[in-house]
Amino acid sequence: MKNPMIQVKNLIYDYLISKNEDEEPERHRAIDDVTLTVETGDFIAILGHNGSGKSTFAKQINVLLKPTSGTLIVGGMDTADEKNLLPIRQTAGMVFQNPDNQIIATIVEEDVGFGPENIGVPTDEIWKRVEKSLSSVGMLHYRKHSPNRLSGGQKQRVAIAGVMAMKPDCIVLDEPTAMLDPAGRKDVIATVRELNEKENVTVILITHYMDEVVFADKVFVMDAGRIALQGTPREVFSQVEKLKEIGLDVPQVTELAHELKEEGLPLPDGILTPEEFREEIEKLWQSSAEMSPTSILKEADLKSRLSIRSI
Amino acid sequence: MREITIGQYYPAESVIHRLDPRVKLVGTLVYIISLFLFKSFSCYFVVAAFLFTVILLSKVPLGYILRGLKTIIFLLLFMSMFNLFFTPGDVVYWKGGPFQITDAGIRNAGFMALRLILLIIGSSLMTFTTTPNQLTDGLESLLKPFKKLGLPVHEVAMMMSIALRFIPILMEETNKIMMAQMARGASFDEGNLIQKAKSLVPLLVPLFVSAFRRADDLAMAMEARCYHGGEGRTKMKPLRYQSRDYIAYVVMLLYLATVIFTGKVLYL
Ligand SMILES: Nc1ncnc2c1ncn2[C@@H]1O[C@H](COP(=O)(O)OP(=O)(O)OP(=O)(O)O)[C@@H](O)[C@H]1O
Ligand SMILES: [Mg+2]
Repeated sequence: MKNPMIQVKNLIYDYLISKNEDEEPERHRAIDDVTLTVETGDFIAILGHNGSGKSTFAKQINVLLKPTSGTLIVGGMDTADEKNLLPIRQTAGMVFQNPDNQIIATIVEEDVGFGPENIGVPTDEIWKRVEKSLSSVGMLHYRKHSPNRLSGGQKQRVAIAGVMAMKPDCIVLDEPTAMLDPAGRKDVIATVRELNEKENVTVILITHYMDEVVFADKVFVMDAGRIALQGTPREVFSQVEKLKEIGLDVPQVTELAHELKEEGLPLPDGILTPEEFREEIEKLWQSSAEMSPTSILKEADLKSRLSIRSI
Repeated sequence: MREITIGQYYPAESVIHRLDPRVKLVGTLVYIISLFLFKSFSCYFVVAAFLFTVILLSKVPLGYILRGLKTIIFLLLFMSMFNLFFTPGDVVYWKGGPFQITDAGIRNAGFMALRLILLIIGSSLMTFTTTPNQLTDGLESLLKPFKKLGLPVHEVAMMMSIALRFIPILMEETNKIMMAQMARGASFDEGNLIQKAKSLVPLLVPLFVSAFRRADDLAMAMEARCYHGGEGRTKMKPLRYQSRDYIAYVVMLLYLATVIFTGKVLYL
Protein backbone atom coordinates (compact mmCIF):
# COMPACT_ATOMS: atom_id res chain seq x y z
CA MET A 1 0.00 0.00 0.00
CA LYS A 2 1.50 3.30 -1.10
CA ASN A 3 1.48 6.32 1.14
CA PRO A 4 -1.14 8.89 0.26
CA MET A 5 0.15 11.86 -1.75
CA ILE A 6 -1.73 14.44 0.24
CA GLN A 7 -3.39 14.19 3.62
CA VAL A 8 -5.49 17.06 4.85
CA LYS A 9 -6.93 17.13 8.32
CA ASN A 10 -9.31 19.76 9.67
CA LEU A 11 -7.69 22.41 7.52
CA ILE A 12 -8.82 25.95 8.19
CA TYR A 13 -7.50 29.03 6.47
CA ASP A 14 -8.39 32.64 7.24
CA TYR A 15 -7.34 35.58 5.12
CA LEU A 16 -6.55 38.56 7.30
CA ILE A 17 -7.90 41.78 5.89
CA SER A 18 -6.63 44.88 7.67
CA LYS A 19 -8.33 48.12 6.73
CA ASN A 20 -6.44 50.29 9.18
CA GLU A 21 -3.02 49.93 10.69
CA ASP A 22 -4.18 49.97 14.28
CA GLU A 23 -7.48 48.14 13.90
CA GLU A 24 -7.69 44.42 14.58
CA PRO A 25 -7.58 42.77 11.13
CA GLU A 26 -10.79 41.25 9.89
CA ARG A 27 -10.81 37.49 9.35
CA HIS A 28 -12.22 35.99 6.21
CA ARG A 29 -12.55 32.23 6.28
CA ALA A 30 -11.65 30.81 2.88
CA ILE A 31 -11.18 27.17 3.90
CA ASP A 32 -13.47 25.84 6.54
CA ASP A 33 -12.56 22.53 8.14
CA VAL A 34 -11.51 20.45 5.15
CA THR A 35 -10.44 16.84 5.62
CA LEU A 36 -9.48 14.74 2.65
CA THR A 37 -6.92 12.31 1.25
CA VAL A 38 -5.43 12.16 -2.21
CA GLU A 39 -3.94 8.81 -3.16
CA THR A 40 -0.67 8.63 -5.08
CA GLY A 41 -1.18 8.34 -8.82
CA ASP A 42 -4.77 9.53 -8.79
CA PHE A 43 -6.31 12.08 -11.11
CA ILE A 44 -8.26 14.39 -8.83
CA ALA A 45 -10.62 17.13 -9.93
CA ILE A 46 -11.76 19.99 -7.75
CA LEU A 47 -14.91 21.86 -8.69
CA GLY A 48 -16.64 24.80 -7.10
CA HIS A 49 -18.01 28.16 -8.08
CA ASN A 50 -16.11 31.46 -7.80
CA GLY A 51 -14.81 32.19 -4.35
CA SER A 52 -15.41 28.71 -2.98
CA GLY A 53 -11.78 28.42 -1.90
CA LYS A 54 -10.26 26.26 -4.63
CA SER A 55 -7.25 28.46 -5.33
CA THR A 56 -6.68 29.01 -1.65
CA PHE A 57 -6.59 25.25 -1.19
CA ALA A 58 -4.20 24.81 -4.11
CA LYS A 59 -1.84 27.41 -2.66
CA GLN A 60 -1.79 25.49 0.61
CA ILE A 61 -0.48 22.40 -1.17
CA ASN A 62 2.38 24.42 -2.64
CA VAL A 63 3.04 26.23 0.66
CA LEU A 64 2.31 29.59 -0.91
CA LEU A 65 -0.04 29.81 2.08
CA LYS A 66 0.14 28.02 5.41
CA PRO A 67 -2.79 26.61 7.39
CA THR A 68 -4.36 28.79 10.05
CA SER A 69 -5.11 25.56 11.84
CA GLY A 70 -5.21 21.89 11.00
CA THR A 71 -2.55 19.95 9.15
CA LEU A 72 -1.58 19.38 5.56
CA ILE A 73 0.90 16.62 4.72
CA VAL A 74 2.34 16.53 1.20
CA GLY A 75 4.39 13.45 0.29
CA GLY A 76 4.88 12.72 3.96
CA MET A 77 6.06 16.29 4.75
CA ASP A 78 4.18 18.73 6.94
CA THR A 79 3.71 22.09 5.22
CA ALA A 80 3.86 23.91 8.54
CA ASP A 81 7.53 23.00 8.93
CA GLU A 82 9.80 25.70 7.47
CA LYS A 83 12.55 23.28 6.42
CA ASN A 84 10.13 21.32 4.22
CA LEU A 85 9.41 24.36 2.05
CA LEU A 86 11.65 23.64 -0.94
CA PRO A 87 11.23 19.82 -0.86
CA ILE A 88 7.45 20.22 -0.87
CA ARG A 89 7.49 22.74 -3.71
CA GLN A 90 9.66 20.35 -5.66
CA THR A 91 7.32 17.41 -4.88
CA ALA A 92 4.11 19.24 -5.69
CA GLY A 93 4.47 21.57 -8.66
CA MET A 94 1.90 24.16 -9.57
CA VAL A 95 0.51 25.47 -12.85
CA PHE A 96 -1.50 28.69 -12.78
CA GLN A 97 -4.34 30.14 -14.79
CA ASN A 98 -2.64 32.90 -16.76
CA PRO A 99 -0.06 31.43 -19.14
CA ASP A 100 1.73 34.76 -19.59
CA ASN A 101 2.28 35.43 -15.93
CA GLN A 102 4.14 32.25 -15.11
CA ILE A 103 6.73 32.09 -17.85
CA ILE A 104 9.91 33.73 -16.66
CA ALA A 105 12.45 33.35 -19.44
CA THR A 106 12.53 34.69 -22.99
CA ILE A 107 13.29 31.30 -24.53
CA VAL A 108 11.16 28.19 -23.99
CA GLU A 109 13.98 25.86 -22.96
CA GLU A 110 15.41 28.40 -20.53
CA ASP A 111 12.04 28.70 -18.87
CA VAL A 112 11.77 24.96 -18.43
CA GLY A 113 15.25 25.01 -16.93
CA PHE A 114 14.31 27.67 -14.38
CA GLY A 115 12.96 25.27 -11.73
CA PRO A 116 15.89 22.83 -11.88
CA GLU A 117 18.28 25.80 -11.70
CA ASN A 118 16.59 26.93 -8.51
CA ILE A 119 16.98 23.59 -6.78
CA GLY A 120 20.63 23.34 -7.76
CA VAL A 121 20.51 20.58 -10.36
CA PRO A 122 23.88 20.21 -12.19
CA THR A 123 24.04 21.73 -15.68
CA ASP A 124 24.19 18.45 -17.67
CA GLU A 125 21.25 17.06 -15.75
CA ILE A 126 19.25 20.25 -16.37
CA TRP A 127 19.64 19.81 -20.12
CA LYS A 128 18.49 16.19 -19.90
CA ARG A 129 15.47 17.11 -17.84
CA VAL A 130 14.54 20.02 -20.10
CA GLU A 131 14.63 17.80 -23.15
CA LYS A 132 12.66 15.04 -21.49
CA SER A 133 9.94 17.23 -20.04
CA LEU A 134 9.55 19.26 -23.22
CA SER A 135 9.07 16.10 -25.22
CA SER A 136 6.65 14.69 -22.65
CA VAL A 137 4.34 17.66 -23.31
CA GLY A 138 5.02 17.56 -27.05
CA MET A 139 6.80 20.91 -27.19
CA LEU A 140 10.37 19.82 -27.89
CA HIS A 141 10.17 21.29 -31.35
CA TYR A 142 9.61 24.76 -29.86
CA ARG A 143 12.54 24.71 -27.45
CA LYS A 144 14.35 27.66 -29.06
CA HIS A 145 11.20 29.74 -29.54
CA SER A 146 10.17 32.84 -27.69
CA PRO A 147 7.17 32.17 -25.41
CA ASN A 148 5.53 35.33 -26.73
CA ARG A 149 4.97 33.70 -30.11
CA LEU A 150 3.21 30.60 -28.73
CA SER A 151 -0.52 30.02 -28.43
CA GLY A 152 -2.13 29.95 -25.00
CA GLY A 153 -2.36 26.16 -24.98
CA GLN A 154 1.29 25.84 -25.99
CA LYS A 155 2.32 28.26 -23.25
CA GLN A 156 0.46 26.18 -20.68
CA ARG A 157 2.19 23.05 -21.92
CA VAL A 158 5.52 24.83 -21.51
CA ALA A 159 4.49 25.76 -17.98
CA ILE A 160 3.64 22.10 -17.32
CA ALA A 161 7.04 21.09 -18.72
CA GLY A 162 8.62 23.62 -16.37
CA VAL A 163 7.01 21.84 -13.45
CA MET A 164 7.81 18.38 -14.79
CA ALA A 165 11.50 19.29 -15.05
CA MET A 166 11.59 19.38 -11.26
CA LYS A 167 10.51 15.73 -11.20
CA PRO A 168 7.47 16.25 -9.04
CA ASP A 169 5.25 13.47 -7.72
CA CYS A 170 2.21 15.66 -7.98
CA ILE A 171 1.03 18.55 -10.15
CA VAL A 172 -1.60 21.02 -9.02
CA LEU A 173 -3.25 22.89 -11.88
CA ASP A 174 -5.38 25.89 -10.95
CA GLU A 175 -7.79 26.46 -13.83
CA PRO A 176 -5.09 25.92 -16.44
CA THR A 177 -7.57 26.07 -19.29
CA ALA A 178 -9.68 29.04 -18.20
CA MET A 179 -8.02 31.42 -20.67
CA LEU A 180 -7.69 29.02 -23.57
CA ASP A 181 -9.68 28.33 -26.72
CA PRO A 182 -11.29 24.87 -27.12
CA ALA A 183 -8.35 23.44 -29.07
CA GLY A 184 -5.88 24.67 -26.48
CA ARG A 185 -8.03 23.27 -23.69
CA LYS A 186 -8.14 19.87 -25.29
CA ASP A 187 -4.37 19.81 -25.80
CA VAL A 188 -3.64 20.76 -22.22
CA ILE A 189 -6.05 18.24 -20.74
CA ALA A 190 -4.73 15.49 -23.00
CA THR A 191 -1.19 16.34 -21.89
CA VAL A 192 -2.13 16.23 -18.24
CA ARG A 193 -3.92 12.90 -18.63
CA GLU A 194 -0.95 11.43 -20.41
CA LEU A 195 1.42 12.52 -17.65
CA ASN A 196 -0.93 10.96 -15.13
CA GLU A 197 -1.16 7.68 -17.00
CA LYS A 198 2.37 7.29 -18.35
CA GLU A 199 4.50 8.93 -15.70
CA ASN A 200 2.18 8.17 -12.83
CA VAL A 201 2.11 11.78 -11.66
CA THR A 202 -0.66 12.56 -9.22
CA VAL A 203 -2.82 15.29 -10.77
CA ILE A 204 -5.02 17.77 -8.96
CA LEU A 205 -7.00 19.67 -11.54
CA ILE A 206 -9.05 22.68 -10.53
CA THR A 207 -11.51 23.65 -13.20
CA HIS A 208 -14.83 25.21 -14.11
CA TYR A 209 -15.35 22.94 -17.08
CA MET A 210 -17.39 19.89 -16.25
CA ASP A 211 -16.33 17.94 -19.31
CA GLU A 212 -12.73 18.05 -18.09
CA VAL A 213 -13.47 16.10 -14.94
CA VAL A 214 -15.29 13.05 -16.31
CA PHE A 215 -11.98 11.17 -16.55
CA ALA A 216 -11.01 11.91 -12.96
CA ASP A 217 -10.59 9.12 -10.44
CA LYS A 218 -12.19 11.30 -7.83
CA VAL A 219 -14.01 14.62 -7.75
CA PHE A 220 -14.23 17.05 -4.86
CA VAL A 221 -16.82 19.79 -4.98
CA MET A 222 -16.09 22.81 -2.82
CA ASP A 223 -18.66 25.25 -1.57
CA ALA A 224 -17.98 28.15 0.78
CA GLY A 225 -14.67 26.67 1.87
CA ARG A 226 -16.04 23.21 2.59
CA ILE A 227 -16.08 19.95 0.70
CA ALA A 228 -19.73 19.69 -0.28
CA LEU A 229 -19.56 16.54 -2.37
CA GLN A 230 -16.96 13.93 -3.16
CA GLY A 231 -16.72 10.65 -5.03
CA THR A 232 -16.22 9.31 -8.51
CA PRO A 233 -17.48 11.57 -11.29
CA ARG A 234 -20.46 9.26 -11.70
CA GLU A 235 -21.34 9.46 -8.05
CA VAL A 236 -20.97 13.21 -7.95
CA PHE A 237 -22.83 13.94 -11.15
CA SER A 238 -25.71 11.69 -10.17
CA GLN A 239 -26.62 14.37 -7.67
CA VAL A 240 -27.77 16.89 -10.21
CA GLU A 241 -30.14 18.66 -7.81
CA LYS A 242 -27.52 19.08 -5.13
CA LEU A 243 -24.99 20.40 -7.64
CA LYS A 244 -27.50 22.91 -8.90
CA GLU A 245 -28.16 24.01 -5.37
CA ILE A 246 -24.45 24.79 -5.00
CA GLY A 247 -24.64 26.71 -8.23
CA LEU A 248 -22.77 24.32 -10.45
CA ASP A 249 -23.63 22.86 -13.80
CA VAL A 250 -23.23 19.25 -14.69
CA PRO A 251 -21.82 18.12 -18.06
CA GLN A 252 -24.34 18.85 -20.78
CA VAL A 253 -25.04 15.19 -21.58
CA THR A 254 -25.48 14.40 -17.92
CA GLU A 255 -28.02 17.16 -17.57
CA LEU A 256 -29.85 16.00 -20.68
CA ALA A 257 -29.98 12.43 -19.42
CA HIS A 258 -31.15 13.66 -16.06
CA GLU A 259 -33.98 15.68 -17.59
CA LEU A 260 -35.05 12.72 -19.71
CA LYS A 261 -35.11 10.55 -16.66
CA GLU A 262 -37.31 13.07 -14.94
CA GLU A 263 -39.62 12.84 -17.96
CA GLY A 264 -39.84 9.12 -17.42
CA LEU A 265 -37.22 7.56 -19.67
CA PRO A 266 -35.54 4.66 -17.83
CA LEU A 267 -31.95 5.98 -17.99
CA PRO A 268 -29.28 5.38 -15.34
CA ASP A 269 -27.91 8.20 -13.17
CA GLY A 270 -24.61 9.94 -13.83
CA ILE A 271 -24.13 9.50 -17.56
CA LEU A 272 -20.90 11.34 -18.31
CA THR A 273 -19.99 11.22 -21.98
CA PRO A 274 -21.94 11.51 -25.24
CA GLU A 275 -20.72 8.03 -26.21
CA GLU A 276 -22.14 6.55 -23.05
CA PHE A 277 -25.39 8.39 -23.62
CA ARG A 278 -25.67 7.14 -27.17
CA GLU A 279 -25.12 3.58 -25.97
CA GLU A 280 -27.84 3.87 -23.36
CA ILE A 281 -30.26 5.36 -25.86
CA GLU A 282 -29.52 2.59 -28.33
CA LYS A 283 -30.11 0.03 -25.61
CA LEU A 284 -33.47 1.66 -24.94
CA TRP A 285 -34.28 1.68 -28.62
CA GLN A 286 -33.66 -2.06 -28.94
CA SER A 287 -35.44 -3.05 -25.75
CA SER A 288 -38.65 -1.19 -26.48
CA ALA A 289 -39.99 -2.56 -29.77
CA GLU A 290 -42.81 -0.08 -30.01
CA MET A 291 -41.78 3.39 -28.87
CA SER A 292 -44.20 6.18 -28.42
CA PRO A 293 -44.02 8.75 -31.19
CA THR A 294 -43.13 11.54 -28.78
CA SER A 295 -40.11 9.78 -27.39
CA ILE A 296 -38.89 8.93 -30.89
CA LEU A 297 -39.31 12.54 -31.81
CA LYS A 298 -37.45 13.61 -28.73
CA GLU A 299 -34.69 11.21 -29.50
CA ALA A 300 -34.30 12.43 -33.02
CA ASP A 301 -34.00 15.90 -31.63
CA LEU A 302 -31.47 14.67 -29.12
CA LYS A 303 -29.43 12.92 -31.75
CA SER A 304 -29.17 16.04 -33.83
CA ARG A 305 -28.22 18.05 -30.76
CA LEU A 306 -25.70 15.47 -29.77
CA SER A 307 -24.04 15.35 -33.14
CA ILE A 308 -23.41 19.05 -32.82
CA ARG A 309 -21.88 18.59 -29.42
CA SER A 310 -20.18 15.29 -29.89
CA ILE A 311 -16.46 15.59 -29.31
CA MET B 1 3.08 49.41 -32.73
CA ARG B 2 6.01 50.81 -34.65
CA GLU B 3 8.86 48.44 -35.28
CA ILE B 4 11.75 49.31 -33.01
CA THR B 5 14.98 47.85 -34.31
CA ILE B 6 17.33 49.41 -31.77
CA GLY B 7 18.12 46.92 -29.04
CA GLN B 8 16.45 43.94 -30.65
CA TYR B 9 18.07 40.58 -31.14
CA TYR B 10 18.75 39.59 -34.71
CA PRO B 11 19.10 35.80 -34.89
CA ALA B 12 21.90 34.57 -37.14
CA GLU B 13 24.74 32.06 -37.10
CA SER B 14 27.94 34.05 -36.86
CA VAL B 15 31.18 34.25 -34.89
CA ILE B 16 29.99 37.43 -33.26
CA HIS B 17 26.74 35.78 -32.17
CA ARG B 18 28.67 32.89 -30.68
CA LEU B 19 31.07 35.06 -28.70
CA ASP B 20 30.70 35.04 -24.95
CA PRO B 21 28.43 37.92 -23.85
CA ARG B 22 31.13 39.11 -21.46
CA VAL B 23 33.48 39.58 -24.40
CA LYS B 24 30.86 41.60 -26.20
CA LEU B 25 30.11 43.75 -23.16
CA VAL B 26 33.78 44.49 -22.55
CA GLY B 27 34.30 44.95 -26.28
CA THR B 28 31.52 47.50 -26.48
CA LEU B 29 33.03 49.39 -23.55
CA VAL B 30 36.48 49.38 -25.19
CA TYR B 31 34.92 50.51 -28.43
CA ILE B 32 33.10 53.42 -26.78
CA ILE B 33 36.27 54.49 -24.98
CA SER B 34 38.20 54.36 -28.25
CA LEU B 35 35.61 56.69 -29.78
CA PHE B 36 36.19 59.35 -27.17
CA LEU B 37 39.97 59.11 -26.89
CA PHE B 38 40.84 61.32 -29.84
CA LYS B 39 39.20 63.78 -32.08
CA SER B 40 40.80 63.05 -35.40
CA PHE B 41 39.45 61.82 -38.69
CA SER B 42 42.17 59.22 -39.08
CA CYS B 43 41.27 57.69 -35.72
CA TYR B 44 37.66 57.58 -36.79
CA PHE B 45 38.76 55.89 -39.94
CA VAL B 46 40.35 53.12 -37.88
CA VAL B 47 37.23 52.88 -35.73
CA ALA B 48 34.93 52.75 -38.75
CA ALA B 49 37.07 50.10 -40.43
CA PHE B 50 36.97 48.00 -37.28
CA LEU B 51 33.22 48.44 -36.92
CA PHE B 52 32.61 47.57 -40.55
CA THR B 53 34.64 44.38 -40.21
CA VAL B 54 32.65 43.34 -37.15
CA ILE B 55 29.37 44.07 -38.94
CA LEU B 56 30.45 41.89 -41.86
CA LEU B 57 31.39 39.10 -39.46
CA SER B 58 28.11 39.40 -37.57
CA LYS B 59 25.98 38.74 -40.69
CA VAL B 60 23.48 41.36 -39.56
CA PRO B 61 22.40 43.16 -42.76
CA LEU B 62 23.70 46.72 -43.01
CA GLY B 63 20.25 47.99 -43.99
CA TYR B 64 18.80 46.51 -40.82
CA ILE B 65 21.40 48.30 -38.72
CA LEU B 66 20.94 51.62 -40.50
CA ARG B 67 17.18 51.42 -39.98
CA GLY B 68 17.91 51.71 -36.26
CA LEU B 69 19.55 55.06 -36.94
CA LYS B 70 16.33 56.53 -38.26
CA THR B 71 14.98 56.98 -34.74
CA ILE B 72 17.85 59.25 -33.77
CA ILE B 73 18.21 61.21 -36.98
CA PHE B 74 16.59 64.33 -35.49
CA LEU B 75 18.84 64.31 -32.48
CA LEU B 76 21.76 63.91 -34.84
CA LEU B 77 20.72 66.80 -37.07
CA PHE B 78 19.96 69.04 -34.11
CA MET B 79 23.31 68.47 -32.45
CA SER B 80 25.22 68.92 -35.69
CA MET B 81 23.38 72.19 -36.45
CA PHE B 82 24.09 73.42 -32.95
CA ASN B 83 27.78 72.79 -33.43
CA LEU B 84 27.78 74.17 -36.92
CA PHE B 85 26.21 77.52 -36.04
CA PHE B 86 27.59 78.25 -32.59
CA THR B 87 31.29 77.28 -32.62
CA PRO B 88 33.65 80.26 -32.79
CA GLY B 89 36.71 79.79 -35.02
CA ASP B 90 39.59 81.45 -36.87
CA VAL B 91 38.09 81.46 -40.31
CA VAL B 92 34.53 82.77 -40.42
CA TYR B 93 32.69 81.81 -43.59
CA TRP B 94 29.34 83.35 -42.76
CA LYS B 95 27.86 85.44 -39.95
CA GLY B 96 24.25 86.41 -39.20
CA GLY B 97 23.13 87.57 -35.74
CA PRO B 98 24.22 85.05 -33.13
CA PHE B 99 24.88 82.46 -35.84
CA GLN B 100 28.17 81.88 -37.57
CA ILE B 101 29.77 79.20 -39.64
CA THR B 102 33.45 78.72 -39.01
CA ASP B 103 36.10 76.19 -39.92
CA ALA B 104 36.09 74.85 -36.35
CA GLY B 105 32.27 74.68 -36.43
CA ILE B 106 32.30 72.54 -39.53
CA ARG B 107 34.91 70.27 -38.01
CA ASN B 108 33.01 69.98 -34.74
CA ALA B 109 29.70 69.25 -36.44
CA GLY B 110 31.35 66.58 -38.54
CA PHE B 111 33.00 64.97 -35.51
CA MET B 112 29.83 65.08 -33.51
CA ALA B 113 27.75 63.41 -36.21
CA LEU B 114 30.37 60.77 -36.90
CA ARG B 115 30.88 59.99 -33.26
CA LEU B 116 27.18 59.61 -32.58
CA ILE B 117 26.62 57.42 -35.62
CA LEU B 118 29.57 55.20 -34.73
CA LEU B 119 28.42 55.05 -31.11
CA ILE B 120 24.86 54.02 -31.92
CA ILE B 121 25.81 51.46 -34.52
CA GLY B 122 28.53 49.97 -32.34
CA SER B 123 26.42 49.56 -29.25
CA SER B 124 23.32 48.37 -31.08
CA LEU B 125 25.47 45.72 -32.74
CA MET B 126 25.92 44.19 -29.29
CA THR B 127 22.17 43.87 -28.71
CA PHE B 128 21.64 42.63 -32.27
CA THR B 129 23.98 39.71 -31.65
CA THR B 130 23.24 38.88 -28.01
CA THR B 131 19.99 37.56 -26.54
CA PRO B 132 18.63 39.45 -23.54
CA ASN B 133 19.32 36.46 -21.33
CA GLN B 134 22.93 36.18 -22.42
CA LEU B 135 23.26 39.89 -21.84
CA THR B 136 22.01 39.71 -18.27
CA ASP B 137 24.08 36.59 -17.61
CA GLY B 138 27.15 38.38 -18.88
CA LEU B 139 26.41 41.43 -16.81
CA GLU B 140 25.85 39.34 -13.71
CA SER B 141 29.12 37.54 -14.23
CA LEU B 142 31.11 40.72 -14.92
CA LEU B 143 29.68 42.48 -11.89
CA LYS B 144 30.30 39.53 -9.59
CA PRO B 145 33.26 41.24 -7.84
CA PHE B 146 30.82 43.91 -6.62
CA LYS B 147 28.77 41.29 -4.80
CA LYS B 148 31.33 41.40 -2.01
CA LEU B 149 30.58 45.08 -1.62
CA GLY B 150 26.95 44.17 -0.94
CA LEU B 151 25.60 44.98 -4.39
CA PRO B 152 22.58 42.76 -5.20
CA VAL B 153 24.08 41.61 -8.49
CA HIS B 154 21.95 38.49 -8.98
CA GLU B 155 18.76 40.37 -8.15
CA VAL B 156 19.55 43.19 -10.56
CA ALA B 157 20.27 40.71 -13.35
CA MET B 158 17.03 38.83 -12.60
CA MET B 159 15.09 42.09 -12.66
CA MET B 160 16.60 42.97 -16.02
CA SER B 161 15.70 39.67 -17.59
CA ILE B 162 12.14 39.82 -16.26
CA ALA B 163 11.77 43.35 -17.56
CA LEU B 164 12.98 42.20 -20.97
CA ARG B 165 10.46 39.36 -20.93
CA PHE B 166 7.53 41.62 -20.05
CA ILE B 167 8.23 44.70 -22.17
CA PRO B 168 6.65 43.20 -25.30
CA ILE B 169 3.69 41.88 -23.30
CA LEU B 170 3.02 45.25 -21.72
CA MET B 171 3.40 47.00 -25.07
CA GLU B 172 0.81 44.72 -26.59
CA GLU B 173 -1.43 45.37 -23.63
CA THR B 174 -1.04 49.14 -24.00
CA ASN B 175 -2.12 48.74 -27.58
CA LYS B 176 -5.17 46.71 -26.59
CA ILE B 177 -6.26 49.17 -23.92
CA MET B 178 -5.77 52.05 -26.34
CA MET B 179 -7.97 50.30 -28.90
CA ALA B 180 -10.58 49.60 -26.26
CA GLN B 181 -10.62 53.24 -25.14
CA MET B 182 -10.67 54.48 -28.70
CA ALA B 183 -13.64 52.23 -29.40
CA ARG B 184 -15.38 54.12 -26.60
CA GLY B 185 -14.56 57.44 -28.21
CA ALA B 186 -11.31 58.36 -26.51
CA SER B 187 -8.62 60.00 -28.57
CA PHE B 188 -4.97 60.18 -27.73
CA ASP B 189 -3.63 62.69 -30.20
CA GLU B 190 -6.00 65.61 -30.00
CA GLY B 191 -5.91 68.84 -28.06
CA ASN B 192 -3.16 70.62 -26.23
CA LEU B 193 -0.57 69.11 -23.98
CA ILE B 194 -2.75 69.07 -20.85
CA GLN B 195 -5.64 67.47 -22.70
CA LYS B 196 -3.28 64.89 -24.12
CA ALA B 197 -1.87 64.15 -20.68
CA LYS B 198 -5.40 63.83 -19.32
CA SER B 199 -6.37 61.40 -22.04
CA LEU B 200 -3.49 59.17 -20.90
CA VAL B 201 -5.04 58.63 -17.47
CA PRO B 202 -7.62 56.06 -18.62
CA LEU B 203 -4.78 54.34 -20.43
CA LEU B 204 -2.25 54.30 -17.62
CA VAL B 205 -4.55 53.30 -14.78
CA PRO B 206 -5.63 49.96 -16.23
CA LEU B 207 -2.10 49.39 -17.45
CA PHE B 208 -0.65 49.84 -13.98
CA VAL B 209 -3.36 47.71 -12.40
CA SER B 210 -2.63 44.93 -14.83
CA ALA B 211 1.13 45.27 -14.42
CA PHE B 212 0.85 44.95 -10.66
CA ARG B 213 -1.40 41.93 -10.96
CA ARG B 214 1.08 40.35 -13.33
CA ALA B 215 3.91 41.09 -10.94
CA ASP B 216 1.99 39.43 -8.15
CA ASP B 217 1.21 36.36 -10.25
CA LEU B 218 4.78 36.10 -11.46
CA ALA B 219 6.22 36.33 -7.98
CA MET B 220 3.95 33.48 -6.92
CA ALA B 221 4.84 31.38 -9.96
CA MET B 222 8.55 31.90 -9.30
CA GLU B 223 8.19 30.94 -5.66
CA ALA B 224 6.17 27.88 -6.59
CA ARG B 225 9.10 26.83 -8.75
CA CYS B 226 11.44 26.97 -5.78
CA TYR B 227 13.00 30.34 -6.57
CA HIS B 228 14.75 31.62 -3.46
CA GLY B 229 17.34 34.10 -4.68
CA GLY B 230 20.73 33.40 -6.16
CA GLU B 231 21.97 31.15 -3.39
CA GLY B 232 22.61 27.52 -4.29
CA ARG B 233 21.39 28.17 -7.80
CA THR B 234 22.94 26.35 -10.74
CA LYS B 235 22.89 27.50 -14.33
CA MET B 236 21.49 25.79 -17.36
CA LYS B 237 23.75 27.82 -19.61
CA PRO B 238 26.82 28.71 -17.58
CA LEU B 239 29.23 31.11 -19.25
CA ARG B 240 32.45 29.40 -20.30
CA TYR B 241 35.17 31.10 -22.28
CA GLN B 242 36.16 29.34 -25.51
CA SER B 243 39.38 29.90 -27.40
CA ARG B 244 37.60 32.28 -29.77
CA ASP B 245 36.76 34.46 -26.79
CA TYR B 246 40.42 34.80 -25.83
CA ILE B 247 41.27 35.60 -29.42
CA ALA B 248 38.58 38.27 -29.37
CA TYR B 249 40.13 39.86 -26.29
CA VAL B 250 43.50 39.96 -28.06
CA VAL B 251 41.92 41.52 -31.15
CA MET B 252 40.32 44.08 -28.88
CA LEU B 253 43.69 45.03 -27.38
CA LEU B 254 45.28 45.25 -30.80
CA TYR B 255 42.46 47.47 -31.94
CA LEU B 256 42.84 49.80 -28.99
CA ALA B 257 46.59 49.94 -29.55
CA THR B 258 46.07 50.84 -33.19
CA VAL B 259 43.70 53.67 -32.31
CA ILE B 260 46.10 55.04 -29.72
CA PHE B 261 49.04 54.66 -32.10
CA THR B 262 47.17 56.52 -34.83
CA GLY B 263 46.10 59.32 -32.55
CA LYS B 264 49.12 59.67 -30.33
CA VAL B 265 52.16 58.71 -32.36
CA LEU B 266 51.17 59.55 -35.88
CA TYR B 267 49.24 62.70 -34.81
CA LEU B 268 47.03 62.20 -37.81
N1 LIG C 1 -5.65 37.62 -1.01
C1 LIG C 1 -6.87 37.53 -0.46
N2 LIG C 1 -7.21 38.32 0.57
C2 LIG C 1 -8.42 38.22 1.14
N3 LIG C 1 -9.39 37.38 0.73
C3 LIG C 1 -9.12 36.57 -0.30
C4 LIG C 1 -7.85 36.61 -0.97
N4 LIG C 1 -7.86 35.70 -1.96
C5 LIG C 1 -9.08 35.12 -1.93
N5 LIG C 1 -9.84 35.63 -0.95
C6 LIG C 1 -11.20 35.22 -0.62
O1 LIG C 1 -11.18 33.87 -0.23
C7 LIG C 1 -12.27 33.17 -0.80
C8 LIG C 1 -11.78 32.02 -1.61
O2 LIG C 1 -11.08 32.50 -2.73
P1 LIG C 1 -10.38 31.59 -3.80
O3 LIG C 1 -9.57 32.46 -4.68
O4 LIG C 1 -9.70 30.49 -3.12
O5 LIG C 1 -11.62 31.03 -4.60
P2 LIG C 1 -11.68 30.16 -5.92
O6 LIG C 1 -12.55 29.00 -5.62
O7 LIG C 1 -10.34 29.89 -6.42
O8 LIG C 1 -12.44 31.10 -6.92
P3 LIG C 1 -12.28 31.28 -8.50
O9 LIG C 1 -13.11 30.25 -9.13
O10 LIG C 1 -12.82 32.63 -8.75
O11 LIG C 1 -10.83 31.19 -8.83
C9 LIG C 1 -13.07 34.18 -1.58
O12 LIG C 1 -14.15 34.60 -0.80
C10 LIG C 1 -12.11 35.32 -1.81
O13 LIG C 1 -12.80 36.54 -1.82
MG1 LIG D 1 -9.23 30.42 -8.22
